Amino acid sequence: MQLTVSGLRKSFSGQPALDDVSLTVASGELVALLGPSGSGKTTLLRTIAGLEQPDAGVVLFGDRDAATYRIQERGVGFVFQHYALFRHMRVEDNIAFGLRAQKSRRLPAHLIARRVGELLELVQLSGLEKRFPAQLSGGQRQRVALARALAIEPRVLLLDEPFGALDARVRKDLRRWLRDIHDRTGHTTVFVTHDQEEALELADRVVVMNGGRIEQAAGPDAIYDEPASPFVFSFIGDSSRLPVRIAQGRALFEGDDLDLDAGAMSEGEGHLFLRPEDMDMAQASGPGFPGRIVSMRRIGGMRRITLACGEAGHPVVFDVPAHRAFSLSQDLRLRICGGRMYLPSGGSFVAHRLKAHEVQDDRPPERSGNDA
Amino acid sequence: MNRRQANHTGPPVTGESPWARRALITLALAFLGLMLIAPLVVVFTEAFARGAGVYLAALTSPHTLAALQLTLGVAIISVSANLIFGIAAAWAITRHTFRGKSLLLTLIDLPFAVSPVVSGLMFVLLFGADSLLGPMLEDNGIRILFATPGIVIVTIFVTFPFIARELIPLMQQQGAAEEEAAVSLGAGGLRTFCLVTLPNVKWALLYGVLLCNARAMGEFGAVSVVSGHIRGQTNTLPLHVEILYNDNKAAAAFAVASLLALLALVTLALKTLLEKRFSRPAQAPHTR
Repeated sequence: MQLTVSGLRKSFSGQPALDDVSLTVASGELVALLGPSGSGKTTLLRTIAGLEQPDAGVVLFGDRDAATYRIQERGVGFVFQHYALFRHMRVEDNIAFGLRAQKSRRLPAHLIARRVGELLELVQLSGLEKRFPAQLSGGQRQRVALARALAIEPRVLLLDEPFGALDARVRKDLRRWLRDIHDRTGHTTVFVTHDQEEALELADRVVVMNGGRIEQAAGPDAIYDEPASPFVFSFIGDSSRLPVRIAQGRALFEGDDLDLDAGAMSEGEGHLFLRPEDMDMAQASGPGFPGRIVSMRRIGGMRRITLACGEAGHPVVFDVPAHRAFSLSQDLRLRICGGRMYLPSGGSFVAHRLKAHEVQDDRPPERSGNDA
Repeated sequence: MNRRQANHTGPPVTGESPWARRALITLALAFLGLMLIAPLVVVFTEAFARGAGVYLAALTSPHTLAALQLTLGVAIISVSANLIFGIAAAWAITRHTFRGKSLLLTLIDLPFAVSPVVSGLMFVLLFGADSLLGPMLEDNGIRILFATPGIVIVTIFVTFPFIARELIPLMQQQGAAEEEAAVSLGAGGLRTFCLVTLPNVKWALLYGVLLCNARAMGEFGAVSVVSGHIRGQTNTLPLHVEILYNDNKAAAAFAVASLLALLALVTLALKTLLEKRFSRPAQAPHTR
């Protein structure tokens, strides 16, 4: 079922939690609401579920205003952050709860039992039906919560931080497993997360929220490669930021020409956002600007170096192969091969992907970035 | 430093010497004996001081039986009333946000803070002959003061906090998520309450009921002010003990007192049993 929210507003004691939020989720789509805590993502999810009343705006299930359903009839499968399993009920009774609570189309007992069996199989918990929630691991509880939500054949499935309380390995397994369940059952699904990796890996579409507003709603590739705002850029992936002035088709950092092609941009002052892969060591004679190493960290096969650049010591983060030796306080010359430039424009931003003028080193050409 | 390492298994983390520890334990036990055990022993020895015959006669006298009946009746009514009020108050405070919530929380504690005698006096002023309400009710044939309704009202007032105070912290800690889950799964309000809310708080609720009941049966001060001490009519057990004692019928007074003490002991035993249930791991909340 298609889910539409339109012009939603909600504030808690004067603090806006949702500020004119509109979003459409296609039938069968898996959408992630991603944002820092306090960005309004959980409030949006709870408003869709009917657990919060919006101050303004509507939620549509298909063509029908969801407010015309009583909350019991909304048909929302909600998986709570800490699962909210009924602690005094066995697993089977937890899953059967929604089936037994149906007023109009309540199934006979043997059909409920069969359905519970099917759901236990779907979530791979057959054999644990007599356990109490306290006797289950975190991952098992999470799966019971999902089975309980799926039992009522929900119009939409909503998950609040579904993997938030689990350790890293279980998270990864469950993530793949949830995607698999979604592909099999095909429910329109919205989940909340603050973990960008989780959102990018799992979702068809990622909705990045900040301060009660949607910053960008797009597929994982577009979110990573073409972030619509500086917030999205810095929230997704590693990033560095330099204050840059565009003048006469050139990008200038503290007067140094960064040797980027800015011909397509209007003049002005803004920020150039960089991913670690947008930078490299400069050749002695080539273009670049100096910086001093302030910290080094080992990350997998790479060494992540933080340079302090320019008069103000702007931190710039980039990766080098782990076998290359550097020392703290060493002076380096850095070359920028690409980056995303944001120029403020009337409360919003004009964004443009900048590329180096020509590729003249040994880097593979695709690493200098594709035009946005 | 060395000593602490040497005594790794012992309790010297707090640093007292064994002598200090023994002295403290002795002090605590002596206090307990003097303040709790000795009075209890005195009650029972004095009750039987003139033999079992006097004891039984005191217990089976019509005034005692009437007092027992009144006490149990008042306790049943006030505990039932506070069961409803307590759940309603705890629900309102833990599941809703509204203006004046902290004021309500303070008000719930008021009966604990006010002396019972003052509580009784408040109701005398509220329903007395000089008040606005008293004569109005009297004209309609409803008698509050110096009658059972007055005793019930002050008992409800004095014992109001027990159940609400047991429920509020537990319901706050458990949060509303399970109820929200039940509602989103299609359960109505009553079903959610009976199948989710109530089972989650049942032990705390029972515990609150026990405490409330113990206080309802034992309340003296507030009841004394509003009851009028009419033997066989408005005398509860605690009031009856006082009257017997003032009449120099010490053995009878202690016999009736032993009845109250027994009720207290039964309550205590039940409470201990419940506390054991409470601490069972299956009842522990979800680890977060």
